Amino acid sequence: MITLTINDQKFTVEDGTTVASAILSAGDTAFRTSVTGEPRGPLCGMGICFECRVTIDGDPHERSCTMLVRDGMEVATGD
Amino acid sequence: MTEKSDILIVGGGAAGMSAALAVTEHADRSVMVVDDNPHLGGQIWRAELGKTKSPDAAKLIEAIAGGKIRVVNDAQVFGTAGPDQLLAETPDGRLEIQYSKLIIATGARERFLPFPGWTLPGVFGAGGLQALVKGGLNIADKRVVIAGTGPLLLAVADYLKTKGARVLLIAEQTSAAKIRRFARGLWRSPDKMLQAAAMRARLVGIPYQTDCWVTRCTGPHEIKGGTRTLTVTLMRRGRSRSLDCDHVACGFHLVPNTELASLLGCRVADGFVSTDEFQRTSIDNISCAGEPTGIGGVESSLIEGRIAGLAAAGLESDASRLFPQRERTKRFTASLDRTFALRSELKRLATIDTIVCRCEDVTFGELTAFGNGREAKLQTRCGMGACQGRVCGAAAEFLFDWETGTVRPPIFPVRMENL
Repeated sequence: MITLTINDQKFTVEDGTTVASAILSAGDTAFRTSVTGEPRGPLCGMGICFECRVTIDGDPHERSCTMLVRDGMEVATGD
Repeated sequence: MTEKSDILIVGGGAAGMSAALAVTEHADRSVMVVDDNPHLGGQIWRAELGKTKSPDAAKLIEAIAGGKIRVVNDAQVFGTAGPDQLLAETPDGRLEIQYSKLIIATGARERFLPFPGWTLPGVFGAGGLQALVKGGLNIADKRVVIAGTGPLLLAVADYLKTKGARVLLIAEQTSAAKIRRFARGLWRSPDKMLQAAAMRARLVGIPYQTDCWVTRCTGPHEIKGGTRTLTVTLMRRGRSRSLDCDHVACGFHLVPNTELASLLGCRVADGFVSTDEFQRTSIDNISCAGEPTGIGGVESSLIEGRIAGLAAAGLESDASRLFPQRERTKRFTASLDRTFALRSELKRLATIDTIVCRCEDVTFGELTAFGNGREAKLQTRCGMGACQGRVCGAAAEFLFDWETGTVRPPIFPVRMENL
């Protein structure tokens, strides 16, 4: 099992989980804010649409659907 | 970092893996596969929590691991470094790869069509939701409505059901008559017929409606007990009905990933990469196999990959023995095109306020003022955001009959230090 932090809250998920799936499992469906202020969440699930972008360990605009969780990872949504 | 390979394959799905094995089984050439996923298998055989479930895929992956094939995962090819040299971004930084021959096996993505509410969180692609569940999202007891077109809808419903989802409806936009013709044609491809039959048997209990399409999605609404719910509205034979659900999974068949081929100057016609009988593109040392040459599914990708690999290794006569097999898969490709062609009513789903370009929030109303995609792009930034038109480009092609725009490097956003 992997423990990561999503918006300052700790979650434990199975090894091999993608960051996007971990965020959705934590109950969040809005990952980022669009240029006109709309909430957006993942669409394609395969790294094409860029709607699942979040901040991972301080790096903004990371595609959460193509990245696997790591122990101690810090994720922030709402960019 | 710079690496060299006699034969470089971009894409580790069915076509890419098949091409790699065809080379190493018959010739002494160095082979490298670069893929943007953490695991081989492409979209069709996407690993589930890191494990490959399909026995067919597992066999290929095992053979690749046992051979002399260099595999680089998590590598996104984004441009060229010089003649016969590609650039990729990896977690370890920039990777330059020099090749003698290149095989493009970049697969396909889903086509998404704009309708009011398609940008709401909780509205996913059909394959998109499946990928997220394979990535660890728990779907048990969730109410899902699947809508759009193509055989993928059935495969996704089947998969989600085995994971405990309550699939309320599969809404297929094409007509019942076309589906019947398609099913009758399946006898030519015994494997697919079996797959389809097995799938349908398990799908019993899920309503499958043809001539039915999504028109709107609203929400999330709070219902009693604090549950958040989406409401999806569907049209069938002039009547509209609404369903409450947790997720909407919506995909309108597939569009090929031709960006790399275009960037390298390969001829693309009617949206697909043009190839000769040996899968060679218009550029001398570049071949292409699988979905970028036509949406034909896994069997077509496997056989095209094999032909491309053998031909790239100089074994044209071995490759030509596989032509009859490929001919059969081409018939399937053509029947997919016919069966799941989009009905014109879908062009009228978006209203003036509906966003078409999700990266730059450009609405349908703004776009109707332009006569072509280039004009629209210059004036509205449609297609200039992070996805570089991968989503709205395919939609605009259908909505306005606009041609897909030109491709410029980098074909994926990349960190400054890796450019």
